Amino acid sequence: MSDTHAQTVSYVRDTMLPETSPPSSQVGAVRWLRENLFSSVTNALLTLISIYVVYYVISHIGPWMVGGIWDAGSLAECREIRNATLGTDASVACWAVLGDRWHQLLFGFYPSDLYWRPILALIVFGGGIAPIMFDKVPRKTLILSALAPFVCFWLLWGGSIWLPISAALGFVVGYIAYGLISKSLGSLAGMIAAIVLPLIYWLMISGPLYGALHNAAPIGIEFVESRAFGGFMLSVVIGLSAIVLSLPLGILLALARQSDLFIIKTSAVVFIEVIRGVPLIVWLFTAQLLLNYFLPPGTNFDLTLRVIIMVTLFASAYIAEVVRGGLAALPKGQYEGADSLGLSYWQSMQLIVLPQALKISIPGIVNTFIGLFKDTTLVVFIGLADPIGFSNLIRASTDWNGIYWELFIFIGAMFFLFCFSMGRYSLYLENKLQRENR
Amino acid sequence: MSAMTDPPKPAFRLSQLIYDTRYRSITIQVVAFALIAYGIWALVSNTIGNLADLGKDFDFGFLGQSAGYDINQMLIPYDNQDTHGRAALVGIANTLLVAVMGCVTALVIGVLAGVARLSKNWVVAKLMAVYVEGFRNIPLLLWILLIHAVVSEALPQPNAFRGADPSASMLLGDSVALTGRGFYFPRIGFTNSLSGTEAVAPREGYTAVASGGMDWLVILGVLAVSLVGIKLIRNRASRIQESTGVRPTTWYTQLGLLIIPTGIVLTVLGATIVTPYLKGFNFTEGMFLRSALVSLWVALSLYTGAFIAETVRAGILSVSKGQSEAAAALGMQPGRTMSLVILPQAMRVIIPPLISQFLNLTKNSSLALAVGYMDVRATLGGITIAQTGRELEGMLLLGAFYLTLSLVISGAMNIYNNSTKLMER
Repeated sequence: MSDTHAQTVSYVRDTMLPETSPPSSQVGAVRWLRENLFSSVTNALLTLISIYVVYYVISHIGPWMVGGIWDAGSLAECREIRNATLGTDASVACWAVLGDRWHQLLFGFYPSDLYWRPILALIVFGGGIAPIMFDKVPRKTLILSALAPFVCFWLLWGGSIWLPISAALGFVVGYIAYGLISKSLGSLAGMIAAIVLPLIYWLMISGPLYGALHNAAPIGIEFVESRAFGGFMLSVVIGLSAIVLSLPLGILLALARQSDLFIIKTSAVVFIEVIRGVPLIVWLFTAQLLLNYFLPPGTNFDLTLRVIIMVTLFASAYIAEVVRGGLAALPKGQYEGADSLGLSYWQSMQLIVLPQALKISIPGIVNTFIGLFKDTTLVVFIGLADPIGFSNLIRASTDWNGIYWELFIFIGAMFFLFCFSMGRYSLYLENKLQRENR
Repeated sequence: MSAMTDPPKPAFRLSQLIYDTRYRSITIQVVAFALIAYGIWALVSNTIGNLADLGKDFDFGFLGQSAGYDINQMLIPYDNQDTHGRAALVGIANTLLVAVMGCVTALVIGVLAGVARLSKNWVVAKLMAVYVEGFRNIPLLLWILLIHAVVSEALPQPNAFRGADPSASMLLGDSVALTGRGFYFPRIGFTNSLSGTEAVAPREGYTAVASGGMDWLVILGVLAVSLVGIKLIRNRASRIQESTGVRPTTWYTQLGLLIIPTGIVLTVLGATIVTPYLKGFNFTEGMFLRSALVSLWVALSLYTGAFIAETVRAGILSVSKGQSEAAAALGMQPGRTMSLVILPQAMRVIIPPLISQFLNLTKNSSLALAVGYMDVRATLGGITIAQTGRELEGMLLLGAFYLTLSLVISGAMNIYNNSTKLMER
């Protein structure tokens, strides 16, 4: 058989062919295009439509943005410059409004010679939050985190330095009381003392102490009223205070809602559902119109503070639901394991349950924070001048009457920067805390 | 043998209230209850005291008084002589209208964008990522203002459509007019209406057509009966398929059942399409969507759509790849894999956050304030409060409305959740 076969073969190659490169449709950009953009007719159609949309948007907005006029004192001046250089038909942005009014968009009516104070406060806040956010920062800087709220408060509102110090002393009192009493009388008594003694201190002692210290050594910086706060500074102050305050409150509410104690559970459920069931804007109007009815006669405090309290309560209800999701997602074995080790409720929560539950709820928590930060724009409806409020004020001035898009784009870009970086941080945290292998 | 006796019971000591876990929970609850009761008592007594100081009382009687203000969009009949209560109802109807419209479009946009973001097509996926991130990271209020500015500033006013050589023209064969004042669409009118209100002639020399609520009820009733019929036909087909293995062809009976009865009713009622046309300085006839409604609707749909897109994406990603591989190994077609294997599992993940997005949309519709849309916050929580000075009562009713709405929806969601959740020990 093999003989006959061998005879029919007229030519046998005895050397290897050199390797040739794969066909051009199977490599590099062409292959990528074929696989990703033109794999089927529908796909190709979608690609073309998408590219057309992108082209349409860029070709309309691009020249308008790039050709924008930066150097003018009013919208009319902008138009004159445009008519002189580009002709009356051209449509270009008038970015000059940002150059003219950036200080209002960022700081509101805050005195311009004191701009360093909010900036420094932001830096101090960043320094305070860094050890919490990134574990590479040395642990000792956590003391800065504890001090940061008081320093920020003092820098923003100013006034006597003794006010934040006498307020902060309350926490020192609580800390010392817990340390001393829990050693001699047990941890429960220590905890009660750590709550009651600072309350007594704040109600009875801190006021006179502040007065005495202030009279003895009147050290302070210029006081700035909350009404001067505005623009992004106001959004950031409301947003960040509410974020910092709502997280612990939300965790407590979530624990209360998961609790076996009927009264605690019911009140937490009612609180959370009522807060979540009603839009924030209604709560803000409540803060503006109704809070005076609920408080003892004669008490009257600042609208900004009321808004911070309302936004905090609002956000804490949402955080509570997110954390509750995390608590529910934890396998029952974790709770049972903690119980079988003989840990007390707070120990098991602190050491076993919360670290895992919070890890699960990080994306939700950060989403809530992003939502909260965006929701700070609603304060414009109760008369606070946030960036959107200022965009209305700027438009109301004769110089800039009729300017829309430039302000909206600037405000949108600022919010995007803040919220997008928060979202990215949450992704970073998720990856860092990821324990399972996927 | 000594007699069996119970071990001596230790007497109850007061310290057990704190240190014994059996009693501690009672202690904590009593303390908590006392604190909460005190808080509520303080709140109520402060309110009573403050109201008395201001010389006000707590009375919902204002709801029966004449409102005296006009509302520019009414789904139920209303004029300014009607009561504040009716004005509130008009506002509620407007809120529900924009909420339902927004939920439907947001769902469509969200599902499309969520699926498109998972597409292998790089351009489409990136474009959707830009859309989702852009809307998720910029406040809704800004989007509402921006879209309102586009709608009311960039679109031509109705008078631009006038004259021999108008600067603006209607779309889709002179049937749709997009103006800065609002959008005009064709509507369906009935020449033989059952309960014709305001019969009008679309043009001179045409038969008068009316818009009737009764007619729509009849049409919807017939349609519902047809749908039940279709369901029965399908069930019968499934039964036959299960016993014989062959599914009878039913699509033409289904189609016929869907179209023919409704078609007959429409013909009997004399349904005609009424297109808007210019009359004087404005368009008349047709369906009119006020620009406030349009911009609120578009902004809410696009904004919530971005969130729904993420929900849908997460739902689809949550179904592990093994599921679709197993379905393929069983020899299932891709379409059936999607509908029988992936979607049922993805739905369990998608539905709860989806419902809460719908709730968010409904609550966010209170931002209507920014564009002057007359929703319940604007009527009951705005003008009524300003006119009667009843902040407390007005805000309570407003809060109660939103609260009831969300409790009803989230109650329904909980029932669904419990019926679909995986059983654990």
